[in-house]
Amino acid sequence: MNTLLQISGLKKQFGGVIATDDVNLEVTKGELHAIIGPNGAGKTTLISQLSGAVRPDSGTITFKGSNITNRPAHARAQLGITRSFQITSLIMSMSVLDNVALAVQAHDGHSFKLFKPARKITHLRKNALQFLQQVGLENRADDPASALSHGEHRQLELAVALASSAEMMMLDEPMAGLGPEESATMINFLKTLKGQKTILLIEHDMDAVFALADRISVLVYGKIIATGKPDEIRFNDDVRHAYLGEE
Amino acid sequence: MNTIGKITIAGMLILAIVPPVLLLSGQAFYMDLATRLVILGIGAVSLNLILGFGGMVSFGHAAFIGLGAYAVGIPAYHATYGEFEMVASYNGLLHIALAVGFSALFALITGAISLRTKGVYFIMITMAFGQMAYYFFLSLDIYGGDDGLTIDVRSELPLINLDSPMQLYGLSYVSLAVAMYLVHRMVNSRFGMVLQGTKGNVERMATLGYNTYYYQLLAYVISGAMCGYAGFLLGNFTTFISPDMMHWTRSGELMFMVILGGASTALGPILGSSLFILLEEILSSFTIYWHLPFGLLLILVVLFIRGGIMGLFKNMGGSSK
Ligand SMILES: Nc1ncnc2c1ncn2[C@@H]1O[C@H](COP(=O)(O)OP(=O)(O)OP(=O)(O)O)[C@@H](O)[C@H]1O
Ligand SMILES: [Mg+2]
Repeated sequence: MNTLLQISGLKKQFGGVIATDDVNLEVTKGELHAIIGPNGAGKTTLISQLSGAVRPDSGTITFKGSNITNRPAHARAQLGITRSFQITSLIMSMSVLDNVALAVQAHDGHSFKLFKPARKITHLRKNALQFLQQVGLENRADDPASALSHGEHRQLELAVALASSAEMMMLDEPMAGLGPEESATMINFLKTLKGQKTILLIEHDMDAVFALADRISVLVYGKIIATGKPDEIRFNDDVRHAYLGEE
Repeated sequence: MNTIGKITIAGMLILAIVPPVLLLSGQAFYMDLATRLVILGIGAVSLNLILGFGGMVSFGHAAFIGLGAYAVGIPAYHATYGEFEMVASYNGLLHIALAVGFSALFALITGAISLRTKGVYFIMITMAFGQMAYYFFLSLDIYGGDDGLTIDVRSELPLINLDSPMQLYGLSYVSLAVAMYLVHRMVNSRFGMVLQGTKGNVERMATLGYNTYYYQLLAYVISGAMCGYAGFLLGNFTTFISPDMMHWTRSGELMFMVILGGASTALGPILGSSLFILLEEILSSFTIYWHLPFGLLLILVVLFIRGGIMGLFKNMGGSSK
């Protein structure tokens, strides 16, 4: 088996709330693994522990065979893990293209280069523009990120994640707040990414999840209650009880 | 060129022409004002690098001015009165090296600690380090303590005679132009993009893979070194130095200049220092409590004109950036 990411015994508690409760999970190279679960189940907290934004109380995270549990966020990004944010987290004062170019630049050697104008470095700009084209934002390249609509912010979040050229992308509700049409575009786009990248997808939209995922894990109150192929999850009794809310 | 660029060139042209003309027509007083303005302008430009572009609100920047000034005063003192033969010297190049070197070192040490904190804590801790420098020089009785130290002989530089007001102004003006150019290049480089990105969203930058701490620290060191150089000039200008140059109120004044003029613009700090010097001159002729109306003015600017004076121009010019 070709494991890219392994989580074992992960725990995180916020005061009285157990956000992550002894989570064990393996993500295989190249799969699209969806994590579903009700509001407040601890999906975002899980991703934040994987990206390094939140420190777990205990447990280990292994990526490509090395223990990264205590690595800072920027070191994990350099190793090839990136995330998008459920609540858009961009550099609003900079242009749309600058936002993506910074992601490209992060993997183009160190940035202690103090003299040459960064906006005139063609390969940074060209690559960044390509990622904007992929998500369909190229015509907004020179606008400040703050000027984009909510839907466009979601697209830009995705473009930035793509530009990080990470092996594993963790997408936190990329479709949150999108209209039906925009969602359909996003689903189609994620389909084109399948196989090229390992993707950990958090999503509430069940149609999207069942259309996209190779495997699904169900998180309830910080615990993973089931992991399996979409059909196994769809017909799993525990899941129907605890989450899909049937009978 | 956009509106902001034109205004910047115009402002620098005025500074290049008007003060020398006034001096030649016998108005030495205005030359004095202009020299102080230009030197403090360098300090403000250096602060703008970290405050305006890096979002690091340093409330201790006057310490670097003081360090730079004492880097002139102490060697000159020993050259005149003996002792400490090692440092005794009138050599201006040595003074510059000491000013820049010690400021960079002080910035490296204090920055490495301060940058572990954020927000209000960063403001407080940089202020505390500034005050530490202030009290350190206050306690040095040999250099006059709080009475200060008179510089009897100005730094000796090749080709330039700092005793000539015109030449001192010339050096200060060119230094300002170079400082502005360097900051302009830096903030638009890869390094500058990281610096501005960090100001905008630290978490995002870490997620992209940037170890933002070291980028901020380098900016802090460069800014401190540049400000130390301004101190070298200020020492030679006033020929009297005292710990008062490092007091936190002086750091506050530098911040005023940057914010008043317009942070994260090239000319903003210069406009800010110009307005500061003019207001100081005008208001202090009415009342010794001139800081009060000045503070009120600053609050009004911060509340009602986003981006300071340059912000006003930007809105008038209607250019996007
Ligand atoms: N920084 C924090 N401090 C305190 N409690 C937190 C913090 N972050 C999350 N929590 C709590 O942990 C639990 C899990 O939150 P989390 O955001 O991970 O859920 P989620 O599954 O992503 O929910 P949603 O579907 O609404 O996005 C919630 O009860 C939340 O209130
Ligand atoms: Mg969430």
